[in-house]
Amino acid sequence: MIDTITILNGHGRSGEADAVPRLDLKMGDVVSIVGPTGSGKTTFINDIELFADANTPTGRRILINGERPPTEYRDDPARNPIALITQHTTFLSDLPVNEFLHTHARIRITNLVERETAIERTLSFANQLTGEPIALESRMTELSGGQTRALLIADATIICNTPIVLLDEVENAGIHRTRALELLRQYRKIFIFVTHDPRIALLSDYRIVMQRGRITQVLHTDAEERKMATVVSHLDDVLSNLRDKIRFGERVTSVELEGLA
Amino acid sequence: MKLAICAGPATTGKTAVLRHIIRKLKDSGQRVAFLKIDVQYAEEDEQFAREFGIPTRKVYSGELCPDHCNVMVLGDAMQWARKAGSDVLLVETAGLCLRCSPYVDGGLGMIVLEATSGMNLPLKVGPMLSLADIAVVTKIDRVSQAEREVFRARIQDVAPGVRIREVNALYGIGIDPLVDHIRATPDAEESMLLRGNPPVGTCTICVGKKEIGWQSHFGVVRALDNQTFYRGE
Repeated sequence: MIDTITILNGHGRSGEADAVPRLDLKMGDVVSIVGPTGSGKTTFINDIELFADANTPTGRRILINGERPPTEYRDDPARNPIALITQHTTFLSDLPVNEFLHTHARIRITNLVERETAIERTLSFANQLTGEPIALESRMTELSGGQTRALLIADATIICNTPIVLLDEVENAGIHRTRALELLRQYRKIFIFVTHDPRIALLSDYRIVMQRGRITQVLHTDAEERKMATVVSHLDDVLSNLRDKIRFGERVTSVELEGLA
Repeated sequence: MKLAICAGPATTGKTAVLRHIIRKLKDSGQRVAFLKIDVQYAEEDEQFAREFGIPTRKVYSGELCPDHCNVMVLGDAMQWARKAGSDVLLVETAGLCLRCSPYVDGGLGMIVLEATSGMNLPLKVGPMLSLADIAVVTKIDRVSQAEREVFRARIQDVAPGVRIREVNALYGIGIDPLVDHIRATPDAEESMLLRGNPPVGTCTICVGKKEIGWQSHFGVVRALDNQTFYRGE
């Protein structure tokens, strides 16, 4: 059982040490990594994915439950506790959705009843994240960007069921992010989002701030930010409604902006 | 001197993986020699010679299958690399025919596969995978977690003994364990045998002569020093 991931003693590109020499991420935490482009966010999650042991350019070390990760994480990929979804990640298979999910579930879940339940839950999870429901008969390659992203997250969370899920800038492809975070919180895992999205950042328990390759701060979401998260989500919804209307050739009026401060 | 043979379909990232391996071996003080075997065009030898200042060679297999060519020239290549004072000879081969494998007993066998080539690929590549010591899987960030896991499981089905190492060859993530494997490989013997049994065929290797080096063969032979450009005639 994994309880914590610890990130130790890293440094930025100029060699300056991380402002936080020891960072413990606990099971159940929803964490955001924020910072400008090129600030080392992806490198940070690469360190985690790699179980860095002072052997990456950042010098960071990763501990699991306070100890060096067991070698079996490296020796047997099936026991690797980390699932990674990046902005480049996609499905390549052209199998129908149903067959695809069965192919995956077969290698993860031996019990037939549990397998069917997991597949149903995966599909229902994905359908709550995307506007357009996914049909079991449609081919994986026919899914829209939003459906693909939704299914990637649902599959990693439920069928893979790894205790740690890394999500690298997944916000860009139309999924309901507030709903996603609500749903993800029902699963006791460590979720780490690399994100530029204020909504995801404010709905996280805390955010790790990166600059020039190093961790400069860890900010816990405070009461005021927590309150703001609702307004930010609303603001975001208003903007995405506007975007949709413009996309579908409609005119927009100032009515759309009512209720905004 | 240690020997590591790296095979795999085209464009999977063999060269990118080897580039990281060479850098890390060099950084740890190892002297590396590199041999590239390809059918009719390759420039990795020139790239690596430029980038790392190491002894490199290439051989075009031309009308021979690259694995056949490998058997012929590997004896010469071992002598050449030993003379150059190398600690490790890395061989990169195209391994195009899916009926043989280029690995030899006493050397490390690595296949590089890309996760993006579809979940069924491990079922299709035959002895190049099943006789390898390590399967290196590249482009892992490009495919869904689901396909990555099915890909792994299929490798394990085909080759239960093979170690799977997932890497990101772009950033050099996951390369260290490969370097550890090479360093842990015992020194290669003077006389070596091809690992596994060749398929039915008409050349000395195809009929089962597994001794490495052209001197042990007849008919279609090839030394490291005689180069021809294959034009398909």
